[in-house]
Amino acid sequence: MLALNEFLKTRGIYSLVLILFFLGVYGMVFSKNYMKKLMAMNVMQVAVIYFYLCLAQKDGGTVPILNGLTENPDAYVNPLPHGLMLTAIVVSLGTTGVALALLMRIKEIYGSVEEVEVLRRASK
Amino acid sequence: MTQNAPVLIVLLPVTAALLCMLLSRIGRNLGSWVVIASIVASFLCTVDCLYQVLAAGGTPIHYWMGNWEPPIGIEFVIDPLNGLIVTVITFIAMLVSFYGRPFLRDEDWLHVGGYYTLFGLMTVGMCGMVITGDVFNLYVYLEIMSLSGYGLIALGGKKSMVAAFRYLLIGTIGASLYLMGVAYLYAMTGTLNMADLATLLADRLNSPLFALAVACFVVGFGIKMALFPMHGWQPDAYTYAHPGAVALIAGCMSKVPAYSMIRFLYYIFRVDNVVVQHVLDVIGVLGIAAMLIGSIMALAQYDFRRMLAYSSVAQIGYIAIGLAMGNLYGFIGAVLHIVNHAFMKSSLFLVIGGIAYRFGVVNLYRLGGLNKKLTISTITVTLASFSMIGLPPTCGFFSKWYLLLGAYTGAQYFYIVILVISSLLNAVYFFRIIEQMFVQKEASLSEVYKPVGAKLGLPLEMAVPILVLGVGILVLGFCSVDIVTDIIKMGLPEVFVR
Repeated sequence: MLALNEFLKTRGIYSLVLILFFLGVYGMVFSKNYMKKLMAMNVMQVAVIYFYLCLAQKDGGTVPILNGLTENPDAYVNPLPHGLMLTAIVVSLGTTGVALALLMRIKEIYGSVEEVEVLRRASK
Repeated sequence: MTQNAPVLIVLLPVTAALLCMLLSRIGRNLGSWVVIASIVASFLCTVDCLYQVLAAGGTPIHYWMGNWEPPIGIEFVIDPLNGLIVTVITFIAMLVSFYGRPFLRDEDWLHVGGYYTLFGLMTVGMCGMVITGDVFNLYVYLEIMSLSGYGLIALGGKKSMVAAFRYLLIGTIGASLYLMGVAYLYAMTGTLNMADLATLLADRLNSPLFALAVACFVVGFGIKMALFPMHGWQPDAYTYAHPGAVALIAGCMSKVPAYSMIRFLYYIFRVDNVVVQHVLDVIGVLGIAAMLIGSIMALAQYDFRRMLAYSSVAQIGYIAIGLAMGNLYGFIGAVLHIVNHAFMKSSLFLVIGGIAYRFGVVNLYRLGGLNKKLTISTITVTLASFSMIGLPPTCGFFSKWYLLLGAYTGAQYFYIVILVISSLLNAVYFFRIIEQMFVQKEASLSEVYKPVGAKLGLPLEMAVPILVLGVGILVLGFCSVDIVTDIIKMGLPEVFVR
């Protein structure tokens, strides 16, 4: 029981994030619908974002803004991963936008976003 | 002016690309000319940077963004090696940007502007990825390159949509894995600067996190550079991409991640530790598989573009085994092959684009007697094919020569066997094209577009890049000794300098 507690305390959140990541990859590989593949891709990207945010977190840390009470860096959470993830969120927004535009065109051309159907009509 | 040259390489095309849509609205061709001019200026900046680095005896240029000192700020680093590669990329981008114009002759301003916006952004992404000295910055440039690449592939027509969408899904897995790798490195060291990472990682090489990070990087870059089992997106993407831009996509877009992989493995992780040694073994096996399977698949194709795409898979295998040898000659061979293959593959795709533009065919069994119709293009195809096979004095011979030397000094003789087999397979499928063009009787081709008063058989904007790249293959071949001794050997990783 103690070992489990220790594991959950130190690595629990990272394991969950990795499970989420590979759930996303699984969804992208095995779902047959392009829209679902795209949603799985977003799940995967969110897992990476969570991973960074977990790195930044610390017990009892506060918002990384100088509050006049303390200048000890240990009192604040690490702001850098949050800054990086703002960029990553923008990138993931861009990727989703491009993917949705492509999906709309695929739907226009083939009349479907089911993989089997699209590939069947594309090979004709 | 010249002290700001490193940032202008990226800044000029990005500004032009963002203004391009507005300018295209004002005048249909205005935006495209601004983007082309910016890429030409960017090429001049890269030449200037490379010249400065070489004049300083190989000391890298460090450019600090906003004058923030490196571990905190972002820096651009130009050493002889990436100076060479960024010069090649901007040179090819410059030629291909002219080449794309005739394909857009009937399009409206929206199409022209969109094409050149994406083209400029893709050039920016590739240059930035090569010269940046910050691992997260590299991710941003990777995504700029990939997103504009998806757009350019999707512009190719009906079938390209599915190809672009599938590439987007696979490419995003690669980019996310790269980001995970960065997270592991950041968790271990707390820095994102490459030089700082290299020093801080030196005493943390036994950590399991390090192994995980290396695995993430290799798979991430492996997907982006289409290393063998992860090449599934490549044939469709290269076949259906916009014919004006495919030369840049095929020539440079998979070489840039390959260079990044070299940079991570040789300059940041150092090859002399156990984890990287094991990873190199894996890359070597994948490279061998790529060389054989890529060549065999290329034999089975009748679509010229698809054949070239599979041949790219094989050529990435050459770069991979050069990397995997882990010795001086293998390293030189891999870097030289990145440069050479960028020239060879771009010129071949330019030629097939030209044939498709004039006659509307891409089937390589319908190219009979082409030497009478498109003389310059057939000369370029011949040179590029000889180079792919590895006949001297074309440049392909020299990179293969260094790879053979590397395999010989490293006593990895099976690489020699595979190199010879793969070269013979190359000879089979490239001589098939040469035979079609020169020996077979003339195929009846209907002219889709007859250029008015063009003696070269193609519009001037297309014929000149084809000719320049064809001559470039020969020039690179004759200069390869100089390139190796004066440029590549100036910027070797520390492992080889000792």
